[in-house]
Amino acid sequence: MVSEYHFNQTSRNFALMLNVNKIREDFPILNRKVNGKPLVYFDNAATSQTPQQVIDVIVDYYSNFNANIHRGVHTLSQEATDLYEQARIKIQKHFNAKYSHEIIMTSGTTHSINLVANGFSALLKKGDEILVSALEHHSNIVPWQMLCERTGAQLRVIPMNQQGELILSDYDALLSEHTKLVFVNHISNALGTINPVKTIIDKAHQVGAAVLIDGAQACPHLIPDVQDLDVDFYVTSAHKICGPTGVGMLYGKEAWLNKLPPYQGGGEMIAEVTFEKTTYADLPHKFEAGTPNICGGIAFGAALDYMNAIGFENIAAYEKELLDYGTQQLLEIEGLKIYGVSENKTSVISFNIEGIHPYDIGTILDKMGIAVRTGHHCAQPIMDFYKIPGTVRASFAFYNTKSEIDALVNGVKKAKMMLS
Amino acid sequence: MLIKRKRMTITEIKNDIIEEFAMFEDWEERYQYMIDLGKTLPLIDAQYKTENNIIKGCQSKVWVHADMKNDKVIFTADSDAIITKGIIAILIRVFSNQHPKDIIDADTDFIDQIGLKEHLSPTRANGLVSMIKQLKMYAIAYQTQLN
Ligand SMILES: Cc1ncc(COP(=O)(O)O)c(C=O)c1O
Repeated sequence: MVSEYHFNQTSRNFALMLNVNKIREDFPILNRKVNGKPLVYFDNAATSQTPQQVIDVIVDYYSNFNANIHRGVHTLSQEATDLYEQARIKIQKHFNAKYSHEIIMTSGTTHSINLVANGFSALLKKGDEILVSALEHHSNIVPWQMLCERTGAQLRVIPMNQQGELILSDYDALLSEHTKLVFVNHISNALGTINPVKTIIDKAHQVGAAVLIDGAQACPHLIPDVQDLDVDFYVTSAHKICGPTGVGMLYGKEAWLNKLPPYQGGGEMIAEVTFEKTTYADLPHKFEAGTPNICGGIAFGAALDYMNAIGFENIAAYEKELLDYGTQQLLEIEGLKIYGVSENKTSVISFNIEGIHPYDIGTILDKMGIAVRTGHHCAQPIMDFYKIPGTVRASFAFYNTKSEIDALVNGVKKAKMMLS
Repeated sequence: MLIKRKRMTITEIKNDIIEEFAMFEDWEERYQYMIDLGKTLPLIDAQYKTENNIIKGCQSKVWVHADMKNDKVIFTADSDAIITKGIIAILIRVFSNQHPKDIIDADTDFIDQIGLKEHLSPTRANGLVSMIKQLKMYAIAYQTQLN
């Protein structure tokens, strides 16, 4: 288990075990040119690129196995079902869930969060409180606002400090017997801060609150052990972990998943239907109405295989090297300020140059083939906190290189020259 | 520079712009030109830079104000991002000081021709697409006044 605190230490010992040139051969898109320049892809926090190994699985599925699952006696359907269920088991093993039926296949993090938020509608009442962190992806705050509107519960916010870290003493003060649910991301998408989720979970449990951790940004960098964390719900998307878009998972403790009502009605999620009454299927099918993203689920499993073959310790160590190098190089540019400077952060650098709008920098970088994200990164509250319109965000993955960082630094210098 | 001469039509202005941009050798010259446009032009009176006149893109903000003078619509606008502002300067040069009907009928194809197409793509969320819509809405509103 690579917990938030082991993360930096493990890094150093494995620094040389990753052969980036060889890894880059797995990613056909890295050969692309953009605006006539070799692509430098630094928008990994938005979505990761897909290795040939995963692309092959997708092609193989549609070429050889495509069928609907869980409902056919014919061979293809059996084989597709087996592949899909094997993927579920891979995911279970990866996250160390106790049972495979605790893994609900969803369309991604957003879907998973909505599923839980909707389920809690039935469990909350006026006077209850939901805590969310100030570091959230803002689209993920909306399901909780909607939940509060439906139930009369109150949403309260765990504040952050200038370094981009949650203020745990304020969290302590917010927790009470009214707290029913705590929602925090494992790693912030805008700043890269790794939150001390184990502590957050322990403290919530002391007041009897459930905890949902948004792992969308964490899973590309570390392996969350859901049993060790003792987390009630953990959610993520495959497309940030070298998998395809439109598929992800919800891990929920069995007891919680049994307690929550189903989210959507439809095929697959029922045991028996008459016009008077429907009996819901057992877990995980209770939450998996309709034909799922079968190919996506299988490719999700293949993506985890791919990442595990490289090794998350190697990935973390190498990305730490990139982060340190990038931070050091970028800070040499006069007037450049980095947002999110926690000791515990992943390979994300969110920055601005004094007097220059992030959009302008991003536009010039794009002309040079460098893909970064600009704007508020769906984390408007964080930008409001720093009183900035947004940032330029460069997020590195294990297939990036120091020479790509050099290209970024040169690009930023050039943008600065053109714009000031 | 500001010699008063016969007001140019939208098509004439567009052709001028296309000709000007044809002189640039590469993207750097094009962008430097827009950046310089963005830096130098005061495009809107401070009193109109209000919350009411704002078009919120995800990436950059755009302010637009419209007035009618002698049956012609005068647009002023601004943005917090310089490249966006440079493009606004070009758009205003085309659309402002024209009859509402001509504004309604005008298209923005010339933006393609001068190699800036990507800035009018909705995915950029820079406020420009909404801005053009807004210019047209103003023109429609003024046109109904004239009728
Ligand atoms: C922290 C975090 N949560 C949730 C999401 C949303 O993920 P998806 O769009 O795959 O549902 C993202 C993706 O940008 C994210 O970074």
